[in-house]
Amino acid sequence: MSTIFGSSIGRKLLMSLSGLFLVVFLIIHLSINLLLLVPDGGEAFNIAANFMAMPLIKYGLQPVLFAGFIVHIIYAAILTAQNNKARGSAKYASGNKTQDVMWASKNMFVLGLTVSAFLIVHLIDYWVPLQITHAAQKVTIGGVEMHDTYALVNVAFDDLWRVILYVVGSLGLTIHLTHGFWSAFQTLGLSNNIWRKRWTVAGIAFAWIVGLGFVTIAVVQHVVY
Amino acid sequence: MEKNISLTLKVWRQNGPKEKGRFETYKLEEVSTGSSFLEMMDILNEQLINEGNEPVAFDHDCREGICGMCSLYINGRPHGPDDDVTTCQLHMRKFKDGETITIEPWRSAGFPVIKDLIVNRNAFDSIIAAGGYTSVSTGGVPDANAIPISKIDADEAMDAASCIGCGACVATCKNGSAMLFVSAKVSHLALLPQGKVEAARRAKNMVAKMDELGFGNCTNTGACEVECPKGISISNIARLNREFLKAKLQD
Repeated sequence: MSTIFGSSIGRKLLMSLSGLFLVVFLIIHLSINLLLLVPDGGEAFNIAANFMAMPLIKYGLQPVLFAGFIVHIIYAAILTAQNNKARGSAKYASGNKTQDVMWASKNMFVLGLTVSAFLIVHLIDYWVPLQITHAAQKVTIGGVEMHDTYALVNVAFDDLWRVILYVVGSLGLTIHLTHGFWSAFQTLGLSNNIWRKRWTVAGIAFAWIVGLGFVTIAVVQHVVY
Repeated sequence: MEKNISLTLKVWRQNGPKEKGRFETYKLEEVSTGSSFLEMMDILNEQLINEGNEPVAFDHDCREGICGMCSLYINGRPHGPDDDVTTCQLHMRKFKDGETITIEPWRSAGFPVIKDLIVNRNAFDSIIAAGGYTSVSTGGVPDANAIPISKIDADEAMDAASCIGCGACVATCKNGSAMLFVSAKVSHLALLPQGKVEAARRAKNMVAKMDELGFGNCTNTGACEVECPKGISISNIARLNREFLKAKLQD
């Protein structure tokens, strides 16, 4: 066990597990964000956001989430650096004309960078006012005082640049997932000729549901509410 | 239809492992489309020798696609523009009259250039050696069907065993990873009862050797599978991951 994470497959295992953990996070995040589409002035979304601010989730699960992001990002950097070294300094003059290789699979690091740029703005916009400075407005729903997270989102999406950033970030995430999803199962060894096709189809469907889900929310918030 | 074509060749020339390499351009007239790529290289070398120049060094042996000796990165692809063939099986009919062909050695940190188009693929031998032995019961000849093996396993094992160790997977991989090669070598034994005894140790040792020799980490791009002259599937890589993780968890 001691050397498992020192091996190439062990490092990939960490990418796979942290990636799948972040996939679960995306499902929860999207489910809650979809409440933004409910035309009730943000009540449902605020209640869900307040639930997520419960101490157990805030102090118990959130550090795990951060750890998941950190492991995924740090190992992405390590693996990319090692792979560039393994490729060697001499490049092919005639390029690489291998057909049928998914573009996403060769650009996971770049796609990851678009996602992380989007993540940073996200933290500044929401995480800081809601959890650090508590500068967000308060609202009382059903006798319980809570942060008016909905107002924060609603105001943020009035800016067109933010909507564009969200669309680009979400599409970057989509393309990242089209490769990342099935690749995670391949790395775990839970794949063969039949299951690889199933994971790929499931991954592409999941990627577009998540990506278009976030895009729809951003656009609807900007245009309708 | 067989005809003759003329070609411009851009060939990588490098005098030794430590020397700086460069591309040299050669013109070849009257190359039959019926000849193989290596025969075309022979024609080039004959021309060079007749001109008093040093011939191009390139690897080749059986010239029938089973030894894994020939290599060459041709116009952006290992083993050239055709699918599922080695360079020796590539025919000149795949090229157009007047075409410029760029010929390079495999490039990867794990395969340093020895001379011109020849690279050192000893790393693959070291990985095979790290795999160790397979226990074989000695004694009388066993009954042909004494060990039941399913048709599916037998087929998959044979498919994996068709790897000739040419290194095209490493040559095309953006990560310089040898996972397809190692996974084929681990798979063909892991699938069969005879190979199960040492399966865990084999997977661990071969992966450790692969890492030690500086090959990259697999990111599942699948380029190796596309360029493999034997069509080895990346499902073998999933099997290697499975075998390796299982072996590590048992420790």
